[in-house]
Amino acid sequence: MNPVARPDQAKYRPSDVVDFVIVGSGAAGGVLAKELSTNGFSVVVLEQGPYIRESEFSHDEIKILQEDFLTNHPKLQPTTFRKTPKDQAKPQRTLVYGRAVGGTSNHFTANFWRFHEIDFIERSKVGAVPGSTLADWPITYAELEPYYTKVEWEVGVSGMAGASPFDPPRSKPYPMPPLPVKGSGVIFERAARKLGWNPFPAPMAILSEPRAGRSACVNCGFCLGFGCEVKAKSSSLASMIPLAEKSGKCEIRPNSYVHKIEVDERGRATGALYFDEKKNVHLQKAKAVIVSANGAETPRLLLLSASGKHPEGIANSSGLVGKNLMFNSAAISVGVMDEPLNDYKGYAVSRVLHDFYELDAAKVGFYGGGGLDGRYDATPIGFAFGGLPPGSPRWGKDFKALLAHNFTRSFEIFGHGTSLPVEDNSFSLDPEVKDAWGLAALRMTYKDHPDDIKLTHWLADRSSELLDAAGAKQHWTFPIDEQQFGVHLLGTCRMGKDPQTSVINSDHRTHDVRNLFLCDGGSFVTSGRGQPTMTIMALAFRAADRIRDLAKRGELEA
Amino acid sequence: MAAAGATWATANWPAVVRAAEHAHQAAASPAAQKLEFLTVAEGKEVEAIASCIIPSDGTPGAREAGVVYFIDRALLTFSADQQKVYREGIPKIHQRLQQLFPAANLFSEATPEQQVAVLESLDEAGSKSPPRRPRANFIAGAGTQFFETIRAHTLAGFLIDPESDRRGNRGGVGWTVIGRLPEHAFQPPFGYYDRDYAGWQPASAKGSAKND
Repeated sequence: MNPVARPDQAKYRPSDVVDFVIVGSGAAGGVLAKELSTNGFSVVVLEQGPYIRESEFSHDEIKILQEDFLTNHPKLQPTTFRKTPKDQAKPQRTLVYGRAVGGTSNHFTANFWRFHEIDFIERSKVGAVPGSTLADWPITYAELEPYYTKVEWEVGVSGMAGASPFDPPRSKPYPMPPLPVKGSGVIFERAARKLGWNPFPAPMAILSEPRAGRSACVNCGFCLGFGCEVKAKSSSLASMIPLAEKSGKCEIRPNSYVHKIEVDERGRATGALYFDEKKNVHLQKAKAVIVSANGAETPRLLLLSASGKHPEGIANSSGLVGKNLMFNSAAISVGVMDEPLNDYKGYAVSRVLHDFYELDAAKVGFYGGGGLDGRYDATPIGFAFGGLPPGSPRWGKDFKALLAHNFTRSFEIFGHGTSLPVEDNSFSLDPEVKDAWGLAALRMTYKDHPDDIKLTHWLADRSSELLDAAGAKQHWTFPIDEQQFGVHLLGTCRMGKDPQTSVINSDHRTHDVRNLFLCDGGSFVTSGRGQPTMTIMALAFRAADRIRDLAKRGELEA
Repeated sequence: MAAAGATWATANWPAVVRAAEHAHQAAASPAAQKLEFLTVAEGKEVEAIASCIIPSDGTPGAREAGVVYFIDRALLTFSADQQKVYREGIPKIHQRLQQLFPAANLFSEATPEQQVAVLESLDEAGSKSPPRRPRANFIAGAGTQFFETIRAHTLAGFLIDPESDRRGNRGGVGWTVIGRLPEHAFQPPFGYYDRDYAGWQPASAKGSAKND
């Protein structure tokens, strides 16, 4: 369907000093590559995973969920987990992220809320929260607003402006109407209205109309976790990478696993060292380095770049590289209706509500807030493993009868909420476990702030009310435990004004290395209420403008 | 050429679906039904166990879906590290069968009541554990316990996309049982609750925003 390489794609040698080397081709890396290359800069994108084309995507649940066709491989790249720095970490799979050109944006849910004003100024508004390093962002919603609009129009988001009374101000409507409502969305909307809440059509990074040579969503039903064959899902692979390649200035180099940022004696980044597919090492030289490898791999790379001069890793004078990890809290409740919804058809989420975005801590007894969405995202095998009510038989005649009855009648209310930043929650280098390249494995340290757990229960209670109001004949909530597994990887190289309490400034430039920039979920200061990718992409569009201006003013030179 | 590729996919989506249907028919042809890892004797036992997990009780079960062929291929591909679980698990099933029913010999020749009794005695988890959202690696998650492993493989082999080359869900019967249509493209309305939906309307003044 696609040629292996675009005939007009730029090709550089590692010894060529390009303007920018970008580590990672996901939500942030793809946007930065497109923006910088179309502004005339030479760009090499080093992606650790393969270049998988849409024609190779698949609905085979084994390939996707068992063989990690699109995602990081636990055998090649093991991870370890511990709850606190006092504990000994044990091998355990702690995260899933996209490991292919397009990164995690290939398989995301595509829930694309913007953050609200409060997310950027929450510390000032609510004050200190004990046990948390909650801080304000150095930028406001107003500064990011034009870039949210850019994401909606350039990457492609379907939605309805003004439908939520809690939405922050916007400069432009959505470029496309919402996707068709699902049964779960109708049930959600009717029940929420009964309760006096304000449901609205979900903003989704999925095309409801054909656009830019991409198909509208065909409602195949293999969405969350899967790549989109028809390019309706607005991954960076579908939306940004083709434009970067078309510029003639950008080379996407897959199977290139960066393990060190080279820094010269003056403390300037000179390029990125990487393994190619055969594990040969190359140095791609560049005038500036941008790391968009996600909130786990970006801090790992900075830590792996330690040297005699920088024993704690580069850009780490604050000691905060890898710390303040946040995931977003999640409460998942399932309802079973009398009649078939057939929610297996289509994408995941069609209705959302934000009535609980800003909870009053004095009233509820904890800090936080969140949103609810109505969805179903289970594919057939996943449903058989985890879709039936607690206490159901797991095999035999009655099990089969339940599968047959419930598959078409089930849906979920998903509560998404804040995670508080806690300094000990982190990604660091495991002192013992190595990956298949001999590099120190990611070690995750994580224990939810107690308020996060209280919020998760609170959101689950609202979901239960909604399921009662919906007339669900049966409903339950998945167990709410302390999190030990992340897909939203946030806060680990946080942005801030003070070099002592943050890793990058508001231009995404590291405080320590003038020509080293970081942009991904790690840049976040607060977690928002879920759905980080919209904000990752908006930050990347803004970062590209800032970096372009710095480069044009000669501020990246020696 | 990426844009041209996208246009091609858009214009030819039904053709993509047709090609997939063709692959599906080819996968279901009798020539594809040959064991590659399991012996014929092991295959009989595996099929009998899978058939207890998803029985053929008026609608197709694991047997009709060809789950044994899915398992056979799994043990040469993504579950190759679980070969031992089967090679050692099948004799243990026989031991358990003979402990409980000294006259019985092969699982596949035992009575349905005997078969269920054997599997119940091996099902340590029962229905006590609460459901969880399945993450990646739900099959590896079964560990080395034989019953958990074959249960996981049977569920996957019954419900895998029949257009894949995994040799499971033959003829799409697993999807038919759970009510999933075979297509990979759908138009709204999707089901009972959205068929009379009039379109999104703003809330009435009474249900106006409250920020709690």
